[in-house]
Amino acid sequence: MASNTRSVLVDPLVDNNPIMLQTLGICSALAVTSRMDTALTMCIALTAVTAFSNLFISMIRQGVPPAIRIIVQMTIIASLVIVVDQILKAYAYEISKTLSVFVGLIITNCIVMGRAEAYAMSNPPWPSFLDGLGNGLGYSGVLMAVAFLRELFGSGSLFGITILEKVTDGGWYVPNGLMLLPPSAFFIIGLMIWALRTWKPAQTEREEFTIQNAYADGAKPTAA
Amino acid sequence: MPPEDPSRGPEDKAPRSRWPWPLSWFLALPTDSTLRTMITAVGLCFVCSIFVSAAAVSLRPIQESNQRLDKQRNILQVAGLMREDASIEELFQSIEARAVDLRTGRFTDAVDPASFDQTIAARDPALSTALADAADLAGIGRRAHYATVYLVRDDAGAVRKVILPVHGYGLWSTLYGFLALQPDGNTIIGLQFYDHAETPGLGGEVDNPKWRAQWQGKKLFDAEGALQVAVAKGDTSANPYAVDALSGATLTSRGVQNLLRYWVSADGFGPFLSNLSQELTTHG
Repeated sequence: MASNTRSVLVDPLVDNNPIMLQTLGICSALAVTSRMDTALTMCIALTAVTAFSNLFISMIRQGVPPAIRIIVQMTIIASLVIVVDQILKAYAYEISKTLSVFVGLIITNCIVMGRAEAYAMSNPPWPSFLDGLGNGLGYSGVLMAVAFLRELFGSGSLFGITILEKVTDGGWYVPNGLMLLPPSAFFIIGLMIWALRTWKPAQTEREEFTIQNAYADGAKPTAA
Repeated sequence: MPPEDPSRGPEDKAPRSRWPWPLSWFLALPTDSTLRTMITAVGLCFVCSIFVSAAAVSLRPIQESNQRLDKQRNILQVAGLMREDASIEELFQSIEARAVDLRTGRFTDAVDPASFDQTIAARDPALSTALADAADLAGIGRRAHYATVYLVRDDAGAVRKVILPVHGYGLWSTLYGFLALQPDGNTIIGLQFYDHAETPGLGGEVDNPKWRAQWQGKKLFDAEGALQVAVAKGDTSANPYAVDALSGATLTSRGVQNLLRYWVSADGFGPFLSNLSQELTTHG
């Protein structure tokens, strides 16, 4: 049981990472990673929501009528997200201003819902909690890596502390404006997935179909 | 079926006799019956709503004081009065809030300056006017009749700084901020935004202290009284009316120029600014 519990927590970090392998939760990964402090807040918020929604959903899983199970999950997730949003507004006002709508959008984050439906509905509460925690941390790892690259090359700073002195502030570093725009996260995540799948070829998906040559007999198509 | 687990919740199949009447009856219903589905849905919503409202109600005082402090900090910063050695509330006591009727350009007692909310009033037809497209430089749609301005006095009681609330559309969002002017109603002391959602690093650089510092000492109007203030490209240090635009943020820069021009024009604080010296001596 001990090793099983461990794998529930550790697997989503690299081997079964929600962003890299399952490609879930990309939307917020693009939106909040231009600065590390906002990305970190988002990671904590999402990890808390995923862990606790898994816990609560798993606790009531056998009493939930199958017909409304998705709505039940959504209600629990939405309530948790509102509470997290309220807490941020009370205790981290500056950061909640920058995150604005994206905290609310945790409700629609595919990772939360995906783990609730795929894991918490059929596993006991404690492993479900760990699964939520692990997936939240797997998401956080990728987000922090992306935010590190984007803030360092886009703003020349990390957590708001200047590392590369920008030209506009009298330094030497010309910031890369693309890094501040959401598409740059696409490139970074794409490159990270490529690197990970080269390192662990087992993650590469099988081709779903191969393109067949319609003229296998060697005949050339004629202009019709 | 998942393996048996001791930490199951109370709604797992517990021995019937353990629960008193309504619960034992409820647990005996088939899981997918209509009645049980209805009761589960209503019960869940009830529990969740108590949870959510408890969080919202208990945290509201802290949230409101955060918002108020944030606004006050921005007013102090734009007036150049922000110091680290005193609390915001203490510093803010030296600032006087007054309501202005934008139609007449005079101080008014029709609304309470402390509680008047321009954003809410702008949605109320009785308290606001719709702007024609041509006049609506700032892209705000409707303008409230009243605004709260802040006055900073020196020790002798004379007004030294006038702080006006401004807002207008940038690239993605409405920028909300304050414009601090000298009592001549022409020389800028500072311009600062406290709420916007422009791209961090590009349009978001409106918050950069180096960029904001450029506004200090710039004039709104030339000697003939024509509106000259602008956000321009290139080196503007010699230009008394313009500041350098933000690189990579043409639309945000244009939005800042438009909102500034709108709010000091005849549709904004224009009448108030031309009455300013008179108002300060008679009613100040």
